[in-house]
Amino acid sequence: MTRYFTQEHEWIEVDGDTATVGITDYAQEQLGDIVFVEVPGAGTAVTKGGEAAVVESVKAASDVYSPVSGTVTEGNPALEDDPALVNTDPQGEGWFFKLQIADASELEGLMDEVAYKAFCDSL
Amino acid sequence: MSDNEEAAETELLPLDGWHRARGARMVPFAGYAMPIQYEGIMAEHLWVREHAGLFDVSHMGQLIVEGEGAAEALERILPGDVSALKPGRIRYSLLLAEDGGILDDLMVTNVTAAGGPPRYYLVVNGATKWDDIAFLREHLPDEITLTHLDDRGLLALQGPEAAAVLESIAPGAADGLYFMQGTSAEWRGEALGIGRGGYTGEDGFELSFPAERLAELADALIADDRVRPIGLGARDSLRLEAGLPLYGHDMDETLDPVEAGAAFAISKRRREQGGFHGAERMLRHLAEGPAKKLVGFAVEGRVPVREGATILAGDAPVGRVTSGGFAPSVGAPIAMGYVETQYSAPGTPLEAEVRGRRVPLTVETLPFIPHRYHRKGAQ
Repeated sequence: MTRYFTQEHEWIEVDGDTATVGITDYAQEQLGDIVFVEVPGAGTAVTKGGEAAVVESVKAASDVYSPVSGTVTEGNPALEDDPALVNTDPQGEGWFFKLQIADASELEGLMDEVAYKAFCDSL
Repeated sequence: MSDNEEAAETELLPLDGWHRARGARMVPFAGYAMPIQYEGIMAEHLWVREHAGLFDVSHMGQLIVEGEGAAEALERILPGDVSALKPGRIRYSLLLAEDGGILDDLMVTNVTAAGGPPRYYLVVNGATKWDDIAFLREHLPDEITLTHLDDRGLLALQGPEAAAVLESIAPGAADGLYFMQGTSAEWRGEALGIGRGGYTGEDGFELSFPAERLAELADALIADDRVRPIGLGARDSLRLEAGLPLYGHDMDETLDPVEAGAAFAISKRRREQGGFHGAERMLRHLAEGPAKKLVGFAVEGRVPVREGATILAGDAPVGRVTSGGFAPSVGAPIAMGYVETQYSAPGTPLEAEVRGRRVPLTVETLPFIPHRYHRKGAQ
């Protein structure tokens, strides 16, 4: 399994032609306390760079974009009762959705862990 | 993730470095770089309701209006009973445009010295202070002096432990001071203005002190374990729970005090006599009822309902949300907004439109969290 990162602070963990998507620790820290998450339902089509989910902090709502195009297989049910999971475990239990990848070539150009860390340091 | 930063020309508060040294995240607000949070909005909010929080509100305008006839002059542009306001008493009021539209909300304190000319201390919102100053200069007669105390800072200390904290750094200074009363004390050789009140619904004080030495006062307060620094994010969630309007959002120049739920600020004598900007419009609203009113909403579920959301009764739009968000002490989203008066009774079921979906609302009496002001006779 390989993990990639976007400039919008999403991560995508790829396992063959399926993947899991979430937001990074940097992102949850910027957002502050998360009070609500809206994840896409199974069967939803998502496009690379298109809105896929919404995360709400105390102060504001923010869009979460899908790193690649595909079809959602599952939204994380745990986030309904415990949106704070995104703060406490953003890169594990706080995942947003899983999807079937439509086109693996879209992964090209995403950052690996080292490049993402360098990107964050530059902000 | 979408990003909501703006680059703007911003001034620095006297405590700018102080905030940054304490890990504040700074954002542009009211023309200043201001701390939106330190450790986190939720933690800061809950701390204030349990202990004491220190807010830097030095962006607000502190003004002195002085001279013979000052009360009468102010009464032309504020609907309150300024003449009857005794020395040391504070009143909430509204600055009114000629048509009765609200230009700002503010606190007025009678600070007339014994034997001195009438003197009033006004605290106005930071975002509107320059417009307020210009408006006051235009509408106050020449014999009344208007002074902008731009060499002073303002801190707010709020929470159930605020009084004990103030007592420990300034013993006796707030003795006998009840909610909406003010006094002046000396602290480290400087004049410290103290007003008992605030914007959180809790007991607390607003403290006016020379900007040059503001850090000393802030340091003395923060040294107390019961006090933590609190940012604008928690300031907003606290005042929303307390049902307090935010100018520029819940009130603006298109709205008058009756619509905005501030009819209480039009005192009995002024209702009988009029003689203030927009009196006719307001007295008509008081007699017949306004077409729309500012109310509170309980929100069903967990989706926050925010400013700008349309409010519906069935398929008909009947209002709009002017403030809303997640309320840490309530443990749920809450909102305030305007609805047509026929839908304003507490318990009325309505809906808000959020991202194309309907969220159930119920009209709720304000405040969402009971006020705990230090009133005479209160426990």
